[in-house]
Amino acid sequence: MYNDVKDQDFMIIAVAEESRGEETAREFVDEAKAEYITLIDREHHIADLYNMVNVPQSVWIDEQGRIVRPAETAGSHDSWRAMNREDMSVPDDAAALIATAQETYVNAVRDWAVNGASSKHAFSAEQARAHLELPDANVALTNANFRLGQYLHAKGNTDEAEIFLNTASQLRPESWNIYRQTMNLKELGPMGLAADEAFFEKVDGLGAGRYYPPPDMEGFPKELGFEPPS
Amino acid sequence: MVTVLTESGACDVASAKAKGNDLWVKRDDVEMAIGWNLKPEGLCQGEVCVPMPRSNADEYVNDGNVNISAWWKLMNRPVLHDNDGETWMLGASAQDRAAALSSLDAPDFRLPDLDGKMHSLSDFRGKRVFLTTWSSW
Repeated sequence: MYNDVKDQDFMIIAVAEESRGEETAREFVDEAKAEYITLIDREHHIADLYNMVNVPQSVWIDEQGRIVRPAETAGSHDSWRAMNREDMSVPDDAAALIATAQETYVNAVRDWAVNGASSKHAFSAEQARAHLELPDANVALTNANFRLGQYLHAKGNTDEAEIFLNTASQLRPESWNIYRQTMNLKELGPMGLAADEAFFEKVDGLGAGRYYPPPDMEGFPKELGFEPPS
Repeated sequence: MVTVLTESGACDVASAKAKGNDLWVKRDDVEMAIGWNLKPEGLCQGEVCVPMPRSNADEYVNDGNVNISAWWKLMNRPVLHDNDGETWMLGASAQDRAAALSSLDAPDFRLPDLDGKMHSLSDFRGKRVFLTTWSSW
């Protein structure tokens, strides 16, 4: 996508929320042959500043440094949850929804990259404010716990780190960032992902709730796309 | 040695003394530790000053020492510390975060790339920026 529009005064900043640091991120970046800028965020500072709770989430920022779309799911869709957990296969209809969601979002970003403020996907200031989710005191306390836990972990004080990281998870259970990074710091799960039984149990607990809340975007599939476990 | 964590990073403060849930530092080290300054008006950062509570002033400033954790709590900000009182986290306020987002001015940041080179959002002023997150986990 970047190659199409890089002459249009457009830039992608891809931030890795990665407390294990650049060596963990690097293999994924090399794999993607990224031609845009990749930054490493051990402390999840971007999630803190922009009040993000999952990856991938994105923010659109205009030439003046103004937010034109606040933090939202960057094209991912909940129908991944229909995946067969034995062989990781995804049913065709779910795969189709995932593809539509991805394509719709990428096309919208491309449209904005080319057309700027006149893109129908760029919010007005009033719309952008209406889509903001503002942090409260509990979020501030959560982020303080995460940051201290992450710092202690990096210093090798893993036992005490775990106390603060777990507290952060408990204070804000809707933050998949904090939950999964904490799992990841404790132990690397299958395929290096923090996706063990407890993770899937937590996902199932969402029921009809969303792991990836759909962005408010024309053409983006809003339906869950499968029958959630009751 | 006590380490104080704030938004600006980790700072080792030689004069800092932890007493239970309070963290006292020498008056001259307050700015280095938390980026705020003790003035006659109170605790100040730029134009903003938080006045000293009158009834129990000695719980905030005493004998040339400043209880930075008490000031932090007075400002409605989270304070945490490890068991030994060697590492203190003075967290950002929810009000500041919410006000920054509500202004729609995208909060600036400074982070390293894979080669350790630092980049700020403000480096890209004049461009449209698609800021997106990902992870390995």
